[in-house]
Amino acid sequence: MAVTREPGDRTDAAPDETVQLLMRIRRYNPELRADPWWDEFTVDVEPTDRILDALHEVKWHHDGTLALRRSCAHGICGSDAMLINGVNRLACKVLVKDVMPKVTVEPIRGLTPLKDLIVDMEPFFAGYRSVLPFLINDEGEPDRERKQSPEERERYDDTTKCILCAACTTSCPIFWGDEEYVGPAAIVNAHRFIFDSRDRADRERLKVLSEKTGVFRCRTTFNCTEACPRGIKVTRAIQDVKRAILFDRY
Amino acid sequence: MARKKSVYGPIYRGREGQWSWILHRATGVGVILFLFAHVVDTAVVGWGPDAYNRVVAVYHNPFIQFLELVLVGMVIYHAFNGVRIMIIDFWPKASEYHVPIFYATAALFVAAMVPVTWIIGRNILEALF
Repeated sequence: MAVTREPGDRTDAAPDETVQLLMRIRRYNPELRADPWWDEFTVDVEPTDRILDALHEVKWHHDGTLALRRSCAHGICGSDAMLINGVNRLACKVLVKDVMPKVTVEPIRGLTPLKDLIVDMEPFFAGYRSVLPFLINDEGEPDRERKQSPEERERYDDTTKCILCAACTTSCPIFWGDEEYVGPAAIVNAHRFIFDSRDRADRERLKVLSEKTGVFRCRTTFNCTEACPRGIKVTRAIQDVKRAILFDRY
Repeated sequence: MARKKSVYGPIYRGREGQWSWILHRATGVGVILFLFAHVVDTAVVGWGPDAYNRVVAVYHNPFIQFLELVLVGMVIYHAFNGVRIMIIDFWPKASEYHVPIFYATAALFVAAMVPVTWIIGRNILEALF
């Protein structure tokens, strides 16, 4: 017999083990109330489900007005960064069994909340754009690829992994206080090109990052490094850029 | 006017790095606040030795001596943590060992506080009993 599945239907007709997860979610809807409020939901989930699944459970079966961003749901698109039990995580990478029996979910901080878990990402992307996050090379178009040794590639390998989820930038106490600070993610993406042997615009980027809103706002709290879902050594990258500016080796 | 509630929830659950930074800020502010009082008490010497001695006698008060102990603690923490920050700034590998470096700094702080607490604490106890 053919079974028609609707979005949100559980794909496991007979789950081995279902647990009840208490979810405290910070809600915000300026059309209803001026201030944010907390909602609580008890959802039936499996221990191996992710927080994202639990949020889907809420949205699809409890309260359809819950607003959240997510796209790939597999830790690559970087849409569903949120504050889970007080730390920035991707909802699609945290398992229910690791937070049982209850979990608190809030929007990421330092960016203006628009609705529930959705924030205005524009200041984040403005910081990202300001460091010219693309290859700049004025030596004319080569007739074949620009060669690079494994060592030269290794130099910036760590910072190529960024998915722009904003978990690092919105875990930074300095960024909470000052949206003008370009933030860890922008510096990570600047690092990716500053230390790329094929790129020629490191001076321009270092100029942007040596300004008042640049790398020297960093106070090495390491919140960014601990928040990164890709395991990028964010603070290390920021420190690399600080030293590059200080010693003008580039 | 109704006070606007914070848009934030409880404090971010950062780890050693975040707390060392908060303590660095707090101790920095604490030390500079003492500095203002210190400028005033030293300036009193301009009114002659009697005035100065009368003002400085307040430092014999056991409660003020306890505050002095806190002050020395703040200076020592701020100094050691400042060195920790410089190590993290200038030694590239330090970013990977920032947690052990934090605990090493904390251990040094405790070690430095033992004689300080002994000396000032003894004075406090003598003043009290």
